[in-house]
Amino acid sequence: MALEASLGTLPKVAEPPQATSERPLARGLLVGIALLFVALFLLMPLLVVFVQAFSSGLDYYLAALSEPDTRAAIRLTLIVAAIAVPLNLVFGLAAAWAIAKFEFKGKAFLITLIDLPFSVSPVISGLVYVLLFGTGSLLGPWLKAHGIEVLFAVPGIVLATVFVTFPFVARELIPLMQAQGTGDEEAALSLGASGWQTFRLVTLPNIKWALLYGVLLCNARAMGEFGAVSVVSGHIRGLTNTMPLQVEILYNEYNFVAAFAVASLLALLALVTLVLKTILEMRFGEQIAASRKH
Amino acid sequence: MDLSIRQVRKEFDRFAALHGVSLDIRSGELIALLGPSGSGKTTLLRLIAGLESPTAGSIFFGEEDASRKPVQERHVGFVFQHYALFRHMTVAENIAFGLRVRPARARPSRSEIRRRTLELLDLVQLSGLENRYPSQLSGGQRQRVALARALAIEPRVLLLDEPFGALDAQVRRDLRRWLREIHDATGHTTIFVTHDQEEALELADRVVVMSQGRIEQVGTADEVYDEPNSPFVYNFIGDASLLPVSVRNGQLWLQERMLQLAAPGSPDGEALLCFRPHDVEIHENSGIIGQVTASRRAAGNRRIEVSLGREGARVEIELPAEHPAATRTRLAFKPRRWKLFPVNETQAPMPLAGEAQRRQPLALTGS
Amino acid sequence: MALASARVRWTRSSVIPGFGLTLGFTLVYLSLIVLIPLAGVVWRSAELGWVQFWEIALDPRTLQALKISFGTAFLAALVNSLFGVLLAWVLVRYRFPGRRIVDAMVDLPFALPTAVAGIALTAIYAPNGWIGQLLSQAGVKIAFTPAGIVLALIFIGLPFVVRTVQPVIEEIDAEVEEAAASLGARRHQTILRVLLPALAPAILTGFALAFARGVGEYGSVIFIAGNIPYVSEIAPLLIVIRLEEFDYASATAIAAVMLGLSFSMLLIINLVQAWSRRRFGYGA
Repeated sequence: MALEASLGTLPKVAEPPQATSERPLARGLLVGIALLFVALFLLMPLLVVFVQAFSSGLDYYLAALSEPDTRAAIRLTLIVAAIAVPLNLVFGLAAAWAIAKFEFKGKAFLITLIDLPFSVSPVISGLVYVLLFGTGSLLGPWLKAHGIEVLFAVPGIVLATVFVTFPFVARELIPLMQAQGTGDEEAALSLGASGWQTFRLVTLPNIKWALLYGVLLCNARAMGEFGAVSVVSGHIRGLTNTMPLQVEILYNEYNFVAAFAVASLLALLALVTLVLKTILEMRFGEQIAASRKH
Repeated sequence: MDLSIRQVRKEFDRFAALHGVSLDIRSGELIALLGPSGSGKTTLLRLIAGLESPTAGSIFFGEEDASRKPVQERHVGFVFQHYALFRHMTVAENIAFGLRVRPARARPSRSEIRRRTLELLDLVQLSGLENRYPSQLSGGQRQRVALARALAIEPRVLLLDEPFGALDAQVRRDLRRWLREIHDATGHTTIFVTHDQEEALELADRVVVMSQGRIEQVGTADEVYDEPNSPFVYNFIGDASLLPVSVRNGQLWLQERMLQLAAPGSPDGEALLCFRPHDVEIHENSGIIGQVTASRRAAGNRRIEVSLGREGARVEIELPAEHPAATRTRLAFKPRRWKLFPVNETQAPMPLAGEAQRRQPLALTGS
Repeated sequence: MALASARVRWTRSSVIPGFGLTLGFTLVYLSLIVLIPLAGVVWRSAELGWVQFWEIALDPRTLQALKISFGTAFLAALVNSLFGVLLAWVLVRYRFPGRRIVDAMVDLPFALPTAVAGIALTAIYAPNGWIGQLLSQAGVKIAFTPAGIVLALIFIGLPFVVRTVQPVIEEIDAEVEEAAASLGARRHQTILRVLLPALAPAILTGFALAFARGVGEYGSVIFIAGNIPYVSEIAPLLIVIRLEEFDYASATAIAAVMLGLSFSMLLIINLVQAWSRRRFGYGA
């Protein structure tokens, strides 16, 4: 058309600044500062672990990891996680089911209670069990008399780990299941499904990614817990040391490279957790929805 | 403040939202930008405001080329569909905002700001609510605060983006009337965007009908209603029935039948006959003849669907419910007033069924 | 059972099964794992008697440890609030190479075991460490001082601020910024007068979370702090020391004080948030 042809001769207008953005210079500066901060505070600690771990060469690294005490620590960490995570998984499912599918008084209080370990220092988390099972407590002498060891033994470590990690699965599931409501389950029940069938075939598929996400976080914390476990474990080499505790022992013995070697395994675990977490968020973000904050 | 939009074109990536649009607006006018979604009306409004910048063309505020100016310097008042009030500020603080952020030399004194704020609150009939927070107001009240906030800076032009779109029908009607009153009282050049043709016709001095990034027609409400210059405008403003016909020797033919409607001087060829469904005369055996295929009640009238000819072209007419012909199974009618639009490639495409104000159950075979 | 009839009184009956089972299990679990042990703390503290309790709590070493714990946590949370908001803004609003990776990295302090963080930070800031070297040439000491503790707590608390503020920034309505600009506000005015106040509740929440976490932090601090009594000894460490001395009474008392202070703080934060939600119709 004639009009469109004549447009070619009109001058193009330069881009004035947008109403919702900073000038390019300011933007560049802000990004630069942010990246510097991240590099300094996040990247560097991660790097230093690996650099120090391998600073005496690969052979030394592998030898340090095959040390019997270290191997025992790795084993214990895995055992503790293998017990604590499933327990907390069941708890998370039960608590989320009770909270999301029913109305009852005291719900808010229950939810606050579930958030409790986040506001309590890990040392105090361990302390409570020492008070409960240690000398001078009610249960301590009774347990001792029956030959049951809780403190300074594996059961104590498991208990302390369970305490600090039980909110993780629940916190992921509760907001999601609350948002999902009861419609699907009621429909299934009206079609004749039993409670368990409904749970297995209707509820579980709806929450599976959030569940996985929660388990991931729970596991990372369970394997890495230090303060609480430190208090209850008694630090008995080869018996009641988890990996984080082993790191501390090696470090305090000035066995730095070995300490960083064990630490590097934990750091690797952290990285894997982060990667899986990011993948889950990217692919299934809406199904993990409500609880993007921690 | 006069406004002149000259050959403005706006592209987003490769998509052209506006194709070389030009418009002149006189100072003090109340203008409606009317069109379906995707017509470019909001884009044009935002270009005038400076919230977007044109890919080509220029925008003049009076004698001054404002095309390069950022929105902060254009001195326009913008009212958003969802109010965009500052939630952490009271009503008074919202209204005073534009005055408070002025550089020290241009800023009025605190008492002056206060005075103006209260004056504006009075104008928008919200006196007494100055210390409320937006969350404590109804939708209609919030929109009035938004308007007061825009007026506070004494804008050269007032721009409203579907200002009543988020409100209930009754509130919408009340605010419409009230906007007209405010405009008459303050005399600002005002441009508002709407997809509601009733709103545009009721409020505006002139209506700018837009479609697919182009201006279809500019005119007063009467002009665009009575003398639409394209099938799109005919269909978008008010109710329309459209029928593809052929012109031969100044006579209109529908398929192989002569319609006994004369169009002397019209070029031979395919054309679109447009008329208002209620603007018809019933005849015995001349004009457009067909079988009644559907008939339904609509308020005090009956809407009757008439099927014509073998190819099943259908058209709707409207008769008063008590009209004797309303119950017939076979009807012949002639439109009292109608317009003919020759069909050629430069015609604006018809709006899709969902977007036209009234849907026409008409099968157009290409256009 | 008595429980069954009590249940019927304060709940609505529902067609969905499993209420008794799930709620029962939940309550039992919580009681065993949380309530009873916590009750133990309260009970043991009560055992001490009021006078002895306050004697321990106000003991100079205890007080100093508490001051160090709360003081360093406060500073670190402050720094994190500043840089956390900056980081969240940059992650949401700008596009730059590596943005996805940085976004994922923000959660590192959350995923990394505290002991690992502890020795890593020490390796960096010790006098012979990567940065410590440079700083000691300038005469600045980080490790074995409260400054080291603050740095460790900055690491620990960063994700709390960023992850709390990020979703709020994502939801900022562009129209509000456009409105401010159309009224004549320059960019910095829009940020200071319109955007930051809208973010304030979220920033406050993030600050509170980072602060609460910092107060109780143990693993990442004890390596870099040097643990010098009265100088860089944090309260959780003092609890551990008392436990190792089998001075359960002191440990309990210190723990009770820490718990009391933390809960009061959280309560205040919750109240502020509720108020802001009522007033402005939004919170974090």
